[in-house]
Amino acid sequence: MGTTVGETYLKRLFVFYIPLFMFVAAMLFPFYWMLITSIKPDQELYNVRNVPFIVRNATSQHWVYLFKETLFARWALNTLWIATASTALSLFAGVLAGYALSRLRFPGSTAGGIAIFVTYLVPPTLLFIPLADVVSELHLLDTSWALILTYPTILVPFSTWLLMGYFKTIPRELEECARIDGATRLQAMVKIILPLGMPGILSAGIFSFTLSWNEFLYALVFISSPTSKTISVGVVSELIKGDVFFWGALMAGALFGSVPVAIVYSFFVENYVAGMTGAVKG
Amino acid sequence: METPKKAPAPLASPLGIEARAALGRENPGLVTRARSLLEGEAVLGYALMLPAVALILVFVAYPFALGVWMSFTDKVVGRPGHFVGMDNYLRLFKSGIFWQAVQNTILFTVVATIFKTILGMYLALLLNRKFAFSRITRATVLLPFIIPTVLSSLAWLWMFDATFSVFNWIGRTAWQSEISILGTVLKTNWGYFKGINWLGDPFWAMFSIILVNIWRGVPFFAISFLAGLQTVPPELYDASDIDGANGWQKFWKVTLPLIKPIAIVVIVFSIVVTFADFQLVYVLTRGGPHNSTHLFATLAYQLGMASGNLGEGAAVALFMFPTLALLIVAQLWYLRRAETA
Repeated sequence: MGTTVGETYLKRLFVFYIPLFMFVAAMLFPFYWMLITSIKPDQELYNVRNVPFIVRNATSQHWVYLFKETLFARWALNTLWIATASTALSLFAGVLAGYALSRLRFPGSTAGGIAIFVTYLVPPTLLFIPLADVVSELHLLDTSWALILTYPTILVPFSTWLLMGYFKTIPRELEECARIDGATRLQAMVKIILPLGMPGILSAGIFSFTLSWNEFLYALVFISSPTSKTISVGVVSELIKGDVFFWGALMAGALFGSVPVAIVYSFFVENYVAGMTGAVKG
Repeated sequence: METPKKAPAPLASPLGIEARAALGRENPGLVTRARSLLEGEAVLGYALMLPAVALILVFVAYPFALGVWMSFTDKVVGRPGHFVGMDNYLRLFKSGIFWQAVQNTILFTVVATIFKTILGMYLALLLNRKFAFSRITRATVLLPFIIPTVLSSLAWLWMFDATFSVFNWIGRTAWQSEISILGTVLKTNWGYFKGINWLGDPFWAMFSIILVNIWRGVPFFAISFLAGLQTVPPELYDASDIDGANGWQKFWKVTLPLIKPIAIVVIVFSIVVTFADFQLVYVLTRGGPHNSTHLFATLAYQLGMASGNLGEGAAVALFMFPTLALLIVAQLWYLRRAETA
C-alpha cells in the first residue's frame, strides 16, 4: 500500500503524517528524557516547579561523576569484551552447525536441529538458578568467562536458524564445482559458502552482539564484584545507593550504555532488518 | 603427497582424494586419511555440530535436568539439598503470592501482546508508504527494541518517579493552568491534579509495566510486519482496486491473509519472550507493590536469589516450561503445515 493517488494534502496530514509523528515521538521521547536529565544540574532536576522539558544551565557534572567517581568505564570495557567474545564463539558454533544442518545429510541431523531449536524452550529465566550451580562448579563464578560461555546458549539457536536460511540459498552447484576441482568439503565451505553467506553471518553477528550487550539476568547472578560487572548490572546495582538515586548520573550511564549498540545497529540496520526479514520469511 | 590443486597435472587423476586413496593409487598417510575421513558426510556433520551441541549439553540440557532435580529438594544456598518430593510444589500451590504471579504473568502477556500486535500493524502500514526520510525513520523507530531493556527501563523509572514524574507534571499543568495564546486566554481548572502513583499503586504499576513492554515491543512487531507487507505483490492491490475494494476491504482480504505466516511467528515468539520477562519488572517494581507485578521470573529470582531458597525458586521457574513448550510446539506444528502446504 504505497501512496494513494488523489489523496489531498489535508487527508494525508491526518491519516499519515500526524499518526506517524506521534509514533516516532512516543518511541523517542525516553531518549530525549535521558539526554536532558544527564545535562541538567541537580538544582533544576529536583525542583518540581520547573518546566522539565528545558535545561537552563546545562552541566557536565553528571558525566564527569559517572566516569571519574564510579566504575562505569570499567563496566563499559567489560561489556565490550564479553559481547565481542561471546559473539565470536556463537558465530563459530552457529556457522559450523548451520552449514552442517543445511548442506549435509547424516543420521541425527534432524535430532540435532531440533535440539538446537528446542533450546528456545528453556529461556534464561528458567535456567538461571541451576546454571548458577553449574557455573560455580566450574569455578567460573565472578569471571567474564561465566558469561562468554553461557551467552552462546542464548545466541546459537537463532543464529543457526538464520544461517541455515542463508546457506540454503547458495546453489549446490558451486560447491560441486569446487569439489570436482579437487577441493575438500572443508575448503569448499571456507572458500565458497562463507564469502557468499557473509550477509547472513553479519546479521547473526549483529544480532548476537546486541543480545549479549543487553543481557542482564546471567550477568546479575553470576558476577558479584563491582569491578567485574557489566554496564547493565553496574548501573542498576552500584549507582543506586540505598534509597538515593543519582538520576543525573544514572541517565548519563543509561544513555552511554545504549550508544554502542545503537551505533553497531545503525551501521548495519539494513542488514539487521534484512536478516530478520529473511529469518521470518523462512 | 600432493595436495589437491585446481588444475591437476596432466598425468594426475581428476578424482578426489577419497577415490584416489580407495583405488590404492597412493599410500594414504595420516593427514590424507584424516582428510578423507572428513570427506564423509556423517563424520564432518558430527564434527561441525560439536561446538553447538557441546555448549547446549553443558549449559542448557544439564542445568535443566539439575533444575528439575532441585525443585524436588529443599536446597538452600550454602547447604546441600535433601529430596523432599512434591513439598515445594505443594507449598507453591497453597501460596497466594504464587497464584498472584500466575495471574499477573497471564494478564501481562495477553494485554501487552494484543496491543503490540495492533499498534505494530498500524505502524507497519504507516511505514510501508513512500515518504521522505523513510529509511532513517524506520531505523530510529526500532531504537526502543535495540537498547538494553534495563537502561531504557531506568529512564521510565525516572519518568514514573513519585515526585518528579514528567507525566504528572504534564497532568498538573494541564489540569489547572492559564495560557494566553494570541490574546485569548485558555484556562483549565478541573481541580488539583494529585498525580498518579505510577509504580506504587497495584493497578497503575501493572499498567506501567504493560505500557513499557508495549513501548519496547511495538518496533519489533512493526518491522517484522513491514517485512511481511513488502512481500505482498502490488498487483493484488491493483486488482482489488479494479474490483472496487476500499481500504478496509483491501486490508482484510488481501493484506492480512498474506502476512498471516509471518504474523504468527512474530506473535508466538513475542509471547514466549514476554512470558519470561524479567529485566523490565525487576527495574521498575521488583514485583511490588504487594506482589501485584510479580511475574514467574521475578518471583523465581526473589525466592532463589534474594531469599536463597533455591529449591522453591527452581520450582517456580519450571512452571514456565509447560506453557512455553506448548506454545513452541504449536508454532512448530503450524510452520510444518505451512511449509508442506
